[in-house]
Amino acid sequence: MDNLLTRVYRLILVLLLLAAGVAIEKTGLLDYLSDPFEQAYTLTLIRQHVVMVAVAMVMATALGVTVGILFTRASLKRYAGVVMYIVGLGQTIPSLAVLAIVMSFMGIGFKPALFALFVYSVLPIARNTLAGINAVPNWLLDAAKGMGMNNRQILWHVELPNAMQVMLTGFRVSMVICIGTAALAFLIGAGGLGEHIFMGIDLMRTDKLLAGALPTILLALVADYLCELLGYVLVPRGLRLEQQEA
Amino acid sequence: MEVINYMVNNAARCFQLTLEHLWIVGVACTLAILIGVPIGVAITRSKSLASKVLNTANIFMTTPSIALFGIMIPILSPFGHGLGQVPAIVALVLYSQLPIIRNTYVAIMNVPPELVDAGKGLGMSSWRRLREVEIPLAIPVIIAGLRTAAVMSIGIAAIAAYIGAGGLGVLIQQGIGRAYAPMILSGAILVSVLAIFVDGFMALLERLVTPKGIKVGRRMRHG
Repeated sequence: MDNLLTRVYRLILVLLLLAAGVAIEKTGLLDYLSDPFEQAYTLTLIRQHVVMVAVAMVMATALGVTVGILFTRASLKRYAGVVMYIVGLGQTIPSLAVLAIVMSFMGIGFKPALFALFVYSVLPIARNTLAGINAVPNWLLDAAKGMGMNNRQILWHVELPNAMQVMLTGFRVSMVICIGTAALAFLIGAGGLGEHIFMGIDLMRTDKLLAGALPTILLALVADYLCELLGYVLVPRGLRLEQQEA
Repeated sequence: MEVINYMVNNAARCFQLTLEHLWIVGVACTLAILIGVPIGVAITRSKSLASKVLNTANIFMTTPSIALFGIMIPILSPFGHGLGQVPAIVALVLYSQLPIIRNTYVAIMNVPPELVDAGKGLGMSSWRRLREVEIPLAIPVIIAGLRTAAVMSIGIAAIAAYIGAGGLGVLIQQGIGRAYAPMILSGAILVSVLAIFVDGFMALLERLVTPKGIKVGRRMRHG
């Protein structure tokens, strides 16, 4: 039964790939991307997109993790609930709305877009860092204290490694959302692959549209996959083994 | 202040766009449940199938929304629906599949085996067990999945204004085009309020559909 399913699944995948190939030829995407001028243009857009996402993500990770760590310290712990609530509320706000609001205060261009991406990406990271550290079992903390670790050592050697899996999930969600939102950043004049997509829609040119949409999707999928790989580096081996057995 | 003025002066239009937004999201979520819940139930029978279905749904979830809209234009335009509400609804249904399928699957897998055994002992058929034991116990978690899907759909539907689906995104789209801040902000604020409101409503629904027995059990454990 399962064997048959696997075969059907593979067949569907191959057919999809085939259809995609035919579609790429038919829509003129191949011609479009063979044009050396358009090629350079597309590469520039991809670079803009990647730079935007990378800068926003670096800043967001720094702030998000800091907030997450600060609000799990004993002195600030009682405010953690409030922070969680605000973050949850912020996440309900649609990405386009965040971009639009930022634009009406900061105008158009690269900087406002970067700021919007940064603010929007902080939320999942901060939330998961908080949740991850809070979920570290008490007996682990007690054991660490019993071994004579000070607070800093407990944070670095016990809390963060144990929370890493959850934090990485937050990072991954944040990254994927950031790549999607960066595609909208064209609307407030920041360029990126959204330029191809929106211009393609407006000009009714499928080839241009796909030249923007496909790299965006690819970028998101690759980022998602890389984050998964990152788990093998950052999550301690003991925890990974435990997970595999469960 | 100007924003409030704008909203008051254009109350009828704002209201109509809000309704349009809710209509798109409502239709999409209804379709998403009708497709997602049966799939979620079906994949509880085979673990390898489950991981494949969930991975496929995850690919849709990872795809940025505007890129998905873009791809759907050439796919749906031979049927005369490249732009407008149809591709928007199709995209929203695809996006909603992951939270709904995953929550249905996880919820049904987490039904305590002793309850299923009790059902078997009572002579229930597997269909009746599903209907009277597994689904009622799973429904709060399924609604939680729907809540995630609905809030996300409201955000994505705002982007769908760019493919001509209407809704509150229109205010943002036209506002950006005219560089008219009150219009942009009205759109952005209305969409955000709508999302927060729907989130709260679904949270309430989640509590309402929880079977009484589970609630009593929880209260006993906590107090």
